Amino acid sequence: MSTLFEIIGGALLLIGSVFLFLGGLGIFRMPDVYNRLQAGTKATTLGGMSLILGVGFLMVETSWMWMAKAVIIVIFIAFSNPISSHALARAMYKGKRYPLITSKDENMDAYKEIVENEKKEEDS
Amino acid sequence: MTYIIYISFSFMIVGLFLAAIRFIKGPTAGDRTVALDTLTTILVAGLFLLAYLFGRIIYVDVALVYAVLGFIGVIVIARYLEGAL
Repeated sequence: MSTLFEIIGGALLLIGSVFLFLGGLGIFRMPDVYNRLQAGTKATTLGGMSLILGVGFLMVETSWMWMAKAVIIVIFIAFSNPISSHALARAMYKGKRYPLITSKDENMDAYKEIVENEKKEEDS
Repeated sequence: MTYIIYISFSFMIVGLFLAAIRFIKGPTAGDRTVALDTLTTILVAGLFLLAYLFGRIIYVDVALVYAVLGFIGVIVIARYLEGAL
């Protein structure tokens, strides 16, 4: 006979592990650096957060320290993962690796002109 | 309850292997850094699950320190690739 906290924890554990698997699959299958960033960072953020909270819910009747540390790590992941993915995307774009855009919309590459103008000003 | 733990571990380990393959054969340094970021987050969650399975809370502290170190490493590599370091 399982209690309510165990049911919630088990469900969060399954959801988190499935999203972590999807993050790894996206890293493996996507064709571009930006697509890999999208798949790997977002899916892994949700998966890791829900899996860690699930372990915290499983142990909430034994000791409250697990839940406290789980909440600390969840807040840290929610802050750190978007920051690192943003820094990586900016580094890739300034390193002249443009995304594989197939549409003719010129507004999607507005940032390209800014980077090239900065390069020209630095050269001159 | 034990079956749920095993199912979660198997899903997580398959994702870990796929990200590790991308980390090994990625064409550029950017792909490898993205794969490293994903590997760090998956391993932090895996350490949490391992701590529950063994019943030791000391592994949770290891996971927290590893998350901080992985974040700093990815930021430093990104600044280096940008040419600002």
